[in-house]
Parts: sequence; structure tokens; C-alpha cells
Amino acid sequence: MSIANLRPNSPNSWHYRELNMKNPGLDHLSNGLISLVEAGRDIVAGSADLQYSNGLNRFAARFPDRYFSFGISEQNMVSAAAGIATTGTMPYVATFASFLGLLTCEQIRMDVAYCALPVRLIGHHTGISMGFYGTSHHATEDIGTMRSIADLTIVSPSDGPQLEAAIRASADHDRPIYFRTGRGREPDIYDPKADFVFGKAIEHAQGEELTIIACGLPVHPSIQVARKLNAEGRSVGVIDMATVKPLDRDAVLAAAARSKFILTIEEHNILGGLGAAVAEVLAEEGSPARLVRHGIRDEYALIAPPTHLYAHYRLDQAGIETVVREIIR
Amino acid sequence: MRNDFHPTEAEVARLRDRAQFVRLETIRLIEIAKVGHYTSVFSAAEIFAALYYDVMRLSPDPKWPDRDRFLMGKGHAAVGLFPILAELGYIPTQILNGYTRLGNPLGDHPDMRKVPGVDFSSGSIGHALSNGLGMALNGRRQGRDFTTFVMLGDGEMQEGQVWEAAIGAAHHKLSRLVAIVDRNGYQLDGAVDDVMGIEPLDEKWRAFGWEVHVVDGHDISELTALLRRVKADTAREKPCCIIARTLKGKGVSYMETEPGWHLGYLDPSDAEAARQEILSKVI
Repeated sequence: MSIANLRPNSPNSWHYRELNMKNPGLDHLSNGLISLVEAGRDIVAGSADLQYSNGLNRFAARFPDRYFSFGISEQNMVSAAAGIATTGTMPYVATFASFLGLLTCEQIRMDVAYCALPVRLIGHHTGISMGFYGTSHHATEDIGTMRSIADLTIVSPSDGPQLEAAIRASADHDRPIYFRTGRGREPDIYDPKADFVFGKAIEHAQGEELTIIACGLPVHPSIQVARKLNAEGRSVGVIDMATVKPLDRDAVLAAAARSKFILTIEEHNILGGLGAAVAEVLAEEGSPARLVRHGIRDEYALIAPPTHLYAHYRLDQAGIETVVREIIR
Repeated sequence: MRNDFHPTEAEVARLRDRAQFVRLETIRLIEIAKVGHYTSVFSAAEIFAALYYDVMRLSPDPKWPDRDRFLMGKGHAAVGLFPILAELGYIPTQILNGYTRLGNPLGDHPDMRKVPGVDFSSGSIGHALSNGLGMALNGRRQGRDFTTFVMLGDGEMQEGQVWEAAIGAAHHKLSRLVAIVDRNGYQLDGAVDDVMGIEPLDEKWRAFGWEVHVVDGHDISELTALLRRVKADTAREKPCCIIARTLKGKGVSYMETEPGWHLGYLDPSDAEAARQEILSKVI
């Protein structure tokens, strides 16, 4: 056999496109967008060289004239999306949350939020879900940066179906939105056909000893932990704070009135994120509930496969269980 | 170059008069603010006049979907745009009298949410070509034939995002996107060539896949003819960049020669002298 005929059996990056199809959660992004076009909505989508990572290739294949490739130019993409929005079409643009929430922060402030344009920004593979790709690809600050931008709604879906529901609902939302999504391997909690209501927390359980307020990936394991502990006779509540901004203050205060402890859990720095938002409400209202913030403790995460990182940072079910047990003893 | 795009003598006279109006109004408004970007407007006065009083397709409705768009990467020249928007009826003329005062919509930079007729807000240098790219990209998808003009500062060429947009516009063959670089040679810290050189600018744009024209940005006849021709060219399959060679501060002699006038304030007697000098000249 000549060298020219050699063909390796090992996967290359195009093979990994198939592997990425194992991120079913992100399939819901294209599902939601396709259903919007089918419903007659004038929307377009764009991505910065990551259509196979976020699954927008499916939307692009279905509606090629409604998909714009921006190459590796995230800032250009966000500013261009703002330009698109001025022409009466609603743009959905996606890239890694680490780039969207930090690299394009100023474009989001000036061109999207300040101009009050209905641009939808989808930051995917957020938190530490990029594992050993390292800090450049981790997004543990994006809630903090986006939360300080006025008039920007922040949605952190905890699974694919909730992302799809929120995408569909976003067509009727007139404010700029930042979606903070995982890498699409989160276990399903919700039905994609369910209604998503911006600014409304979803209560999964009520508890008198402690209420977990979580967003994103930690929601599912939190529900499991509460189920297990409540079966033991403990009293643990869980709230999915899928809209981080505007925060559902009533849900926070109701939980604080009921529970001795509030435990916020997020795949984010505990500074500036969901825990900080909840702390602001509790402090302003003089709540007697004791707050514990759980997440990344103001550090750059280690590198490892994601599941190893979630175990290390106690963001998986076993880890969350130990955190809760340490608090309620 | 074909000559049939050149404006008539009467049109030239009118456009000169409108460029003069832009300069005079800029002096008047900055007297209210007590500091402003005179020279950034003076280099671009003919560009403003040619676009708004001749080349652009406009409507009394500032939101008309088929209107031509104008964006300013160099948003700090907005003080030259506001009097035009008032004259065209998009904003009440008396608003000009409160330029930059508390509660007035007119500030140093243009704000699309506060000022009808402003097609996009700016102030952070480097975004506007991307904003215009988005308009041109989706306008073509919608089947509209409007032209998007984006005026850029030459110092703005130092911003990386400009070149992201330049690559993107060429890739998408956005023939209805026209960049106009106001090549006045100066930025806040000094000469562009000293602060961070950008030449050879025409070769750069050409290498990025754009059709490039270089023109005297104060020759109202040639500038208008070029803008008309570029706008009328439906065969072009690439975006177009016009490098307008201009003088920062054009019209006021000491501003043309002293590099420190990026920002400034003329006290009433100097303002009056500047007005007289502008009125005495044919540019």
C-alpha cells in the first residue's frame, strides 16, 4: 500500500461533529429556532465558527438564507447582530459563553443593551463544562459581567428542553437577552413544550431546613439531593432560578421566610453571580435566613474532564449532597 | 472615470453652502457645550453635505425601511450631523439650542434611541462597520436595495474590529456597504502616522477584498460624483471603501496647521473670527 492510500481509523475534528451530536441538550437550540421560523417569525441565526458545537448547523441546513457565518470574529458578530436587529429581524447569535460574556462584553453593552435592540445572545458551554480546555474556555464570570449591564435579561436554562422553551418564548420578549447554557449533556428535567416565563422562578420542592436556589447545570442534581434527603425525613427545597435577571425576588423572599438556610449553587464564581444576586435581596430585605453560596470560590478552575471537575468542585449530586449535609447537619 | 455623475454648477454651489452650514452650526453648538470636536466635523463637512443633501435616499419618515443608512464610527463628529437632522425635519430645530445640556437628547455622540434620524448609536470607536455590515447583510436577505454608508475615522483603522468587519463584508460580498474613511491625519495624541501608522491604507482595504477609491474629501464635485457612481454601481460584487483625503480642521486656518485641535473651545471672539473666515472662503 502506498502512503497516499493510508487512511487512519482515528477520529478527526469533522468526526467530532458526530460526537457533538451527542450533546442533545444543544439540539434544542436549533429546534427552538426552527419552530420559530415555521411559526412565521422573522428571525436569523449566526455563529462564530462553532455551528457544529452549538448545533446551529441543523438550523443552517434547514434555512440556509437565515444563517450567517461570522468566522472567528465574535465582536463583529455581536455588533452585526445589533445592525440586523435595526432592520426588523430578530437575530440569535451563539458562541462559547467565555467569549460572549467577556470578549464581547462592550459590544453587548453599547450596541445591544444600550440601544435596546432585541438581540438574542446564546453563550453555550458555560461554566467549567469545557473541562481540560482550560480557563480561556471556562465561563465563571459571565453572569457577573452580564448582570451589571442595564436592561439585559439573563436566562440560564438548566436543560435542553428549557432552553428550547425559552428560545420560543424569546420571540415575544422585546428586551435584549443573554442565554447562558451548558454544553448540552445535562439530564432533562423539563418538557420542551412547557411555557417559559421570563423572570419567574420554578419551585421544585419546599423545605424548612434549607432551600437550594440554583441555575443551570446544578439544578438537576439539586433536585435529586432534595428528593433523597426529604425521603429521609429532612426538609429541603429547590428553586430553579432560570431567569437570573430580572431576579424573582418574591421567590427568594418566600424561600427565605420558610427556610433556615438558603444555599445558592451555580457553575460560576460565587462573586458576582446568582449567589451575589440572592445575597443582595436577602440583605436589602433584612431576611433572617442564613445564606451560603456554593460555586467556584473566586479562583480559576483546575483542568480535568468535566465530570471530574464537577466532582472536585462538589457541583455533582454527591458533592451537593455533602454541602447540604454540612449545613443542616 | 465617467463624467456623467458630476453635479451641476448649481448643485455644487448648494452642496458647498450646506457644508458651510455644517461648519457654522458646529461652531454655534460647541459654544453652548463649551468644548467639542470642531476639527473632526470640519474634515468631514463635505462628506456630510454630499451624503445628506445629494446621495442618500431619504424619506420624511426616519424609520422608512428602504432608506439609505449612515453610521459614524467617528461618533464624536455628531455635532455636525445634528443640524442636518434638524434641517431635514427629523428633530425640532430648537433642540439644537440645548445641545449637551441636562435632559437634551443631543450629546457629543449620536444616540439612535434619543435622536430620530440617527441610524445607529456610536461612541466606542470600531463598532460601526460591523453594525453596518449587519444592516447590509440582512437588508440584502430582505430583498431591499438600500445602501449603508459608514464613515470611519482614520485613527479608527487601529481598531481590530474594523478589520473583522472588513473580512466579513468581503466574504459576504456586501456590495451595498460603503465605508468612507475620513483620512484627516490626526487623532487625539497627534498625527496618526506617529501614534500608530496605518499606511498603505488603500492597499490594506484592497487586500481585504474591497473596491477602493481615493478622493479629495473637500472637492465637493469629485466627492459627490464618486459617491453617486459607487451607489449606482449595481455590478460591483464587493464592498466599497472610499478614502477621503481631508484636512483636520478644514476651513479655519490655525486648526488646519495646529495638531492640538482634536478637542477645543473657541471663546466668543475666536468663534466669531472663525465664522468670518469660513464665510469668506470657497471650499
